Amino acid sequence: MIGSLAVILGCQLLGEVVARGLGLPVPGPVFGMAAMVGVLWLRDRFAPPVLAGVEPAGRFLLAHLSLLFVPAGVGVVGNLDMLAAEWLPLAVALMVSTVLTLVVSVVTFRLVARMVGA
Amino acid sequence: MREDFALWVYLTQGPLLWLTVTLGAYAVADWLSLRAGRHPLVNPVLLSVVLVGGVLVASGTGYATYFEGAQFIHFLLGPATVALALPLWEHRALVAKSALPMLAALVAGSVVAAVSAVAVVWAFGAPEGVVVAIAPKSVTAGVAMSITEAQGGDPALTAVLVILTGIIGALVVTPLMNALGIRDYRARGFAVGLASHGIGTARAFQVDPVAGTFAGIAIGLNAVMTAVVVPVVLGVMR
Repeated sequence: MIGSLAVILGCQLLGEVVARGLGLPVPGPVFGMAAMVGVLWLRDRFAPPVLAGVEPAGRFLLAHLSLLFVPAGVGVVGNLDMLAAEWLPLAVALMVSTVLTLVVSVVTFRLVARMVGA
Repeated sequence: MREDFALWVYLTQGPLLWLTVTLGAYAVADWLSLRAGRHPLVNPVLLSVVLVGGVLVASGTGYATYFEGAQFIHFLLGPATVALALPLWEHRALVAKSALPMLAALVAGSVVAAVSAVAVVWAFGAPEGVVVAIAPKSVTAGVAMSITEAQGGDPALTAVLVILTGIIGALVVTPLMNALGIRDYRARGFAVGLASHGIGTARAFQVDPVAGTFAGIAIGLNAVMTAVVVPVVLGVMR
């Protein structure tokens, strides 16, 4: 568990260095994810014993992804007054736009998947 | 009485109390969600936020004090993003096979997400600051805030709108997709990750591992796509 957490943090650290170093607008953890894919490739390709237990910490984090959004979500409760002046347009826009985005994305995905047989 | 008060002051100044409250609220919310058979309306993020928010309001605690404790959980968002590599690697054959549908859905979804949100608030005659702040609302908070900042908007308002978009998407995605008769979990997951970033992705992982995998990919792709789309949409509107 600790070893796998160290690997994840190492990948994130590498990702931050790359993102900051190149001055890219993409968050460091995204590069960290790419680095982690590299680690998993190494594990499957060469099966070094040190990478045998590389998954538990990541699996644990993903199983409780909802928890990780609670602190940011609580921030919304304290800032709901920011919405007061324009609450109606914002409420309508968020509802309409979210539903529309879901429908357009899923329908486009299915149409193209059927066209190319994916 | 004075002793109790001293203890309270001591506890509220360290991270222990609010870390415990956050984990406790989540444990209760997750248990309720599990008991409800992961019903979409019994959303653990929303429930936890309401529980913690209630405690903060009742105790007159400010967000800065709360975050002293909650920051340890918030920090784990980065490692969790890295951990998305695990399902991605596991399902890599399916992901590679789905490249074209993902690309098409990314372009269409990203444009619709920005244009529809901007169009609605603009039609209501909302001030320009609001129009700018809502444009990147489907993207993960950090990226959305920097897009808004670059466009001269208020990143704090964007942060609030991003979280609300995540919760709305997590609540509606399951009934909506069932009503549309979509049984392809790649498509369902990709759509919710694109429309509702990490909070939508957390819901996707509750429903199906393949849906969660594709939702995670969509967060990353849409972050990049939206950074390109929003300046164009706002440019046309201005």
